[in-house]
Amino acid sequence: MIEIEGLTKQYGSTTVVDAVSMVIERNSITVIVGTSGSGKSTLLRMINRLVEPTSGRVLIAGRDTEAEPAYRLRRRIGYVIQGHGLFPHRTVAENVATVPRLLGWEPARIRDRVEQLLEALQLDPASYSGKYPHQLSGGQQQRVGVARALAAEPAVLLMDEPFGALDPIIREKAQDDLLEIQRKFGTTMLVVTHDIDEAFRLGDRVAVMSEGRVLQYDRPEVLIAHPADPLVARMTGSSERAMRLLSLTTAGEAALPGTADGSAHEGPLIPAGASLREALSELLWRGSDCGTVVDGDGKPCGHLTVAAILARGRPR
Amino acid sequence: MTALDVLLRRPAPARDAPAFPRIDRLGALLALVGAVALVLLPFVDFKANRILPGDPHGLAQVLPTWAALGCEAMFAAVAVAALLASNALLRLTAALAGIVIIAAALAAAADALTPLHNHIVRVAPGAGFWLLLVALGLLAADAIARLHPGPGIRVLLLALFLGIAGLSLAHGTFDRVSIMREYAVNASAFALAARQHVGLSLGSLAAAFIVALPLGIFCHRAPRLQPGILSALNLIQTIPSIALFGILMAPLGALAAHVPLAAELGIRGIGAAPAVLALFLYSLLPLVANTVAGLKRVSPATVEAAHGMGMTRWQTLLSVELILALPVILTGVRIVLVQNIGLVAVAALIGGGGFGTFIFEGIGQNAIDLVLLGAIPTVVLAFSAGVLLDALVEVLDQASP
Repeated sequence: MIEIEGLTKQYGSTTVVDAVSMVIERNSITVIVGTSGSGKSTLLRMINRLVEPTSGRVLIAGRDTEAEPAYRLRRRIGYVIQGHGLFPHRTVAENVATVPRLLGWEPARIRDRVEQLLEALQLDPASYSGKYPHQLSGGQQQRVGVARALAAEPAVLLMDEPFGALDPIIREKAQDDLLEIQRKFGTTMLVVTHDIDEAFRLGDRVAVMSEGRVLQYDRPEVLIAHPADPLVARMTGSSERAMRLLSLTTAGEAALPGTADGSAHEGPLIPAGASLREALSELLWRGSDCGTVVDGDGKPCGHLTVAAILARGRPR
Repeated sequence: MTALDVLLRRPAPARDAPAFPRIDRLGALLALVGAVALVLLPFVDFKANRILPGDPHGLAQVLPTWAALGCEAMFAAVAVAALLASNALLRLTAALAGIVIIAAALAAAADALTPLHNHIVRVAPGAGFWLLLVALGLLAADAIARLHPGPGIRVLLLALFLGIAGLSLAHGTFDRVSIMREYAVNASAFALAARQHVGLSLGSLAAAFIVALPLGIFCHRAPRLQPGILSALNLIQTIPSIALFGILMAPLGALAAHVPLAAELGIRGIGAAPAVLALFLYSLLPLVANTVAGLKRVSPATVEAAHGMGMTRWQTLLSVELILALPVILTGVRIVLVQNIGLVAVAALIGGGGFGTFIFEGIGQNAIDLVLLGAIPTVVLAFSAGVLLDALVEVLDQASP
């Protein structure tokens, strides 16, 4: 858990972050979203003290971050930046081993950890360990950046526009992979982005920032259904909010038991992992009122009707 | 053939089978220069003693007819290769063979013209010899450039060249050539001059590096002071070397006169002290400027990542920033070393020692062979230093792309 208490950063007479207080839950993904200049990156960088706050404090697991030298604090916190920032003169394995080496781990333990992480991020250790960053694609560089940040098993991972340098198709895959990594390692993640869709896709909770203040900090469906501020409403997009709401729920979560009329199959097949937005689109396209939800093995696990989906698109 | 092809002297892409081989433009120029040198200019100058003006001799006058004709035939073959061969390796072989032939011809001419046990006459390489050597050298350099050899091969070629030259000099092949006659008289002074020359060049480089590296890092960290520091160093560069040596004589002389410790340490108005100090000052700008440029090349994201991972400032500087800046910093070292080797020759004017001693003595005595005894090793030293450091920079640049 990260507790931010009255955190403020001023440069001269300009206040970049203005008395922000928030609590970031353990084992979840929290996203800070805002336009450029909203202070979101500065807020993130005050947590690992790359920026020293003017006032206020940060507690990680109840411990004040000022209690130890900044470089030691940072070794306990994973950090991923836009454009990955990999060391160009070091191999993939050496990059990933950076923090464990700083912490003085045994070479064998470092080797095992590097291998485990590269596998977890779908980079075959045998073929990628010895490569240099410039030999990798953008998506692979980004994954090495995440592996490097996770190397010393940090409880907290900070990410500053981690997918900013990726093209849209790779970005979606990278977002899915990050969700998977979070589930696997249970790391507390704090992600900064300017992309509201990315925020809703990743965030268990989302904070909207503007001019150094947090306007609203809540679960995505609450931000969509009950924006606390006109700016939040504008960002969540009032013309699209129903569809955004649908995209937060998967077909598996919303599936109704059994089949609509008792028969084995009816209508198009909808993967359980697809969002309701995708399910609705599929039903409209096929001109069908009803579809069968199937799990990863293709086994039916329920059904969905257009009416049931539409009901989910209204604020509750 | 595009303009770029001409510039890079790449063969134009073949369209149809050529009716006759294409003539290489550089080769044509060099062959012409070589022919002029061989036919119109003297190959050696024969002097009754070391300061009398020379008596010009062509190749045919000094070598037996068969040998002269053989040499000329072989030069013709080299010229044909320069004109028509497109294979760079063949061109390089021809150029190197040509160099071996003129060196052998020079040695043979000196042997033929020098009466037995006579140490007074001088057989000096003539204008024709030098011009041929330049033409062949350019042909070789062009062929090497076309081959794009890696750093290892370039160092190997240099070692081969120095090895063969050293062996033939040690063997006495050129003992009757005028420059080696001067060497024979000055052998012990030459060894001392060589030590002084290398010592002054490397010593002033080392001193400048120790000061310039922190200064460059400081300039990088304090961008507001950077223009001031760099223009001050730039101003020093604009002072001509002889003037700077002169400017330093007065204060260093005064220092020696008033501070006994300074005098005991060997600091005087003339000698090594002002030489080292001047070279040190000249070295600062390239080293500081390249350190700044090298550090600027390191991506800010990489530096931020290093801090974010929990590296201390020193760890970030040493294991990330300086390592990544190293190829550019070493390029500065290369510039300074080659520059210093040349400037040390001038420092002989104020008693700094080194190969320049022979140059200025030779000028004073009107003995051109003595001048060459100082000039040739200076050029070889600077050339070797350049090749070695270039190779090192390339190796490091490949290691950290």
